Amino acid sequence: MMDWFGFLFLIEVTIGGLLSGVMYALVAIGFVLIYKTSGVLNFAQGAMVLFAALTFVSLVEAGVPFVFALIISAAIMVALGFAIERTVLRPLANRSPMTLFMATLGLSYIIEGAAQIIWGTEVHRLDLGISNAPFQVAGVFISTFDLVAAAIAGVLVASLTAFFRWTRTGLAFRAVADDQFAALAVGLRLDRTWATVWAAAGIVALVAGLLWGARLGVQFSLSLIVLKALPVLVLGGFDSVLGAIVAGLAIGATEKLAEVYLGPFVGGGIEGWFAYVVALLVLLIRPSGLFGQKLVERF
Amino acid sequence: MSAIVDTPPQTQNYLRHWPLVAVLLAAFIGVPAFAPVYVLEAILLPFLALALAGVGLNLLTGYGGQVSLGSAAFMAVGAFAAYNIQLRLALALPVTILLSALTAATVGLIFGLPSLRLRGFYLAVSTLAAQFFVQWALTKFGWFSNYSPSGVISAPGLTLFGYSLDSTTSRYLLALTLVTLITLGVWAFTNGPLGNDLIAIRDNETAAQIIGVPVLKTKLVAFAVSSAIIGVAGFLWAFTYLRTVEPAGFDLDRSFDILFIIIIGGLATLRGAFLGAGLIVVFPLLLSRLSALAFGGMIDSGVLELVQRIILGSLIIAFLIVEPNGLAAILDRVKRGFARTF
Repeated sequence: MMDWFGFLFLIEVTIGGLLSGVMYALVAIGFVLIYKTSGVLNFAQGAMVLFAALTFVSLVEAGVPFVFALIISAAIMVALGFAIERTVLRPLANRSPMTLFMATLGLSYIIEGAAQIIWGTEVHRLDLGISNAPFQVAGVFISTFDLVAAAIAGVLVASLTAFFRWTRTGLAFRAVADDQFAALAVGLRLDRTWATVWAAAGIVALVAGLLWGARLGVQFSLSLIVLKALPVLVLGGFDSVLGAIVAGLAIGATEKLAEVYLGPFVGGGIEGWFAYVVALLVLLIRPSGLFGQKLVERF
Repeated sequence: MSAIVDTPPQTQNYLRHWPLVAVLLAAFIGVPAFAPVYVLEAILLPFLALALAGVGLNLLTGYGGQVSLGSAAFMAVGAFAAYNIQLRLALALPVTILLSALTAATVGLIFGLPSLRLRGFYLAVSTLAAQFFVQWALTKFGWFSNYSPSGVISAPGLTLFGYSLDSTTSRYLLALTLVTLITLGVWAFTNGPLGNDLIAIRDNETAAQIIGVPVLKTKLVAFAVSSAIIGVAGFLWAFTYLRTVEPAGFDLDRSFDILFIIIIGGLATLRGAFLGAGLIVVFPLLLSRLSALAFGGMIDSGVLELVQRIILGSLIIAFLIVEPNGLAAILDRVKRGFARTF
């Protein structure tokens, strides 16, 4: 029988897991944006997170005020999005999704290499001015930083949703996501939509990069969070923002719980693959993920 | 029943194989006689191992259309299986290799199970599970590495029928023989009924199923055979090239390398795997030589590695845009060009 403290600990672990799940979801949303509108699984999203965070932190270290650094990094990410559309996506238009995926693999190599050549390979500390001290609610410790990060993620999702729902560009996004041919036929500029969506994914990468960077330090391993986001995507469905969030929460919580309660029995370190196994088990029962469209697709 | 792929009837003209025969003669006789040890150790041995891995992955991805991002995991399984079989059972070398291939096939079969329900990206991502799980298991459980404190084991010597195969040349010949035999086997496989089934599934799974191709069986066979071949490639990598066995050498980057090999080389061609592996092995060496020549060692190795990453990434994109059929297609064009000129 579990005692009271054991129960509190369970709650604490679960909340910690849910909050880190939000961080996973934050990365996953960048993928969903691009997948929804162009059918590309963008493996370079992790590299973009690294690039954005490195750009920001280097600007701050060079003495640029926080707000300006944020604006400049955002502008650079937008420019990067447009450049990618122009040089990689446009020549590959109408090619199979797998080809595009492999192109983004190449892209991630380029961005990772370039980011580190331009900004150096050492680890940067990133302080966003958010307190890291945990606070206590009814005997349960909660990290302030994680809570603020979750709030920022919430604002991001809300503004993305509003953008998709109430702006003309957002409407164009949805049209393209729905049916590319029909969208082209009514005169939507596919290339422009894609460029915008990659720019938007760049901004999401910047937000994710700042929050993850503040947590782990800005360094190469930041681009590996793509590997954390992939099982979330598989579980939630590649084309659902809501799915990314729910799956992020689910994976964050189960991963933490497994690490604490299961890890000691197998020697720990299971966080590298546990999320994948969870995602796979769910997929064996529901092949289209939790919220993905039920399309049987081929490539 | 498997006539969905339109293969033109080939005239049995064995003379058209002369370039292959020439390459094999050069590889089996010319290279051991004339090539310096450096070329064997630094270029040909890793080339053979990676080319074989490329052949294995090509079977799954090129012919079968199932993208796998976990190839290095199966290399690791092959290498560690060979190590443990040799250590604990002390069997003859061919049996050891066969058993480690079977081990890799079994693991491949397990991780291939999701392919029965998942397609495309969902499957590609789920193969990452193999990558991370295998690497974790090999590092975590000391039994696999015989409780070596560092996790890095030097590979035990290779002997065949009482002869030691530890010299560079004999390791090269062992690798070459294995690669040749397996590649011939894969050639027969892809041209046989099972290969046709596989291609049919790649091109249109529903249609294949309707005309009676056993989809589930074929997919699993593809996963098993491909993993077995990649397992042997892992054995070659660890025992003939590096001569150490360690999980860290079989990381995600290695998996990507193998995927890049078949993209650059050309999907669904056997030549492609060899051409791509050649490029992946030679290119970093060439780049470091070039930069040493041009900048006289002013560029440090860290930056060079990053430059290498950037160029590799650009190459992938360039190939996908300009020549999606890879080096194999370029080679064909060059050959046709020659045929026209003469």
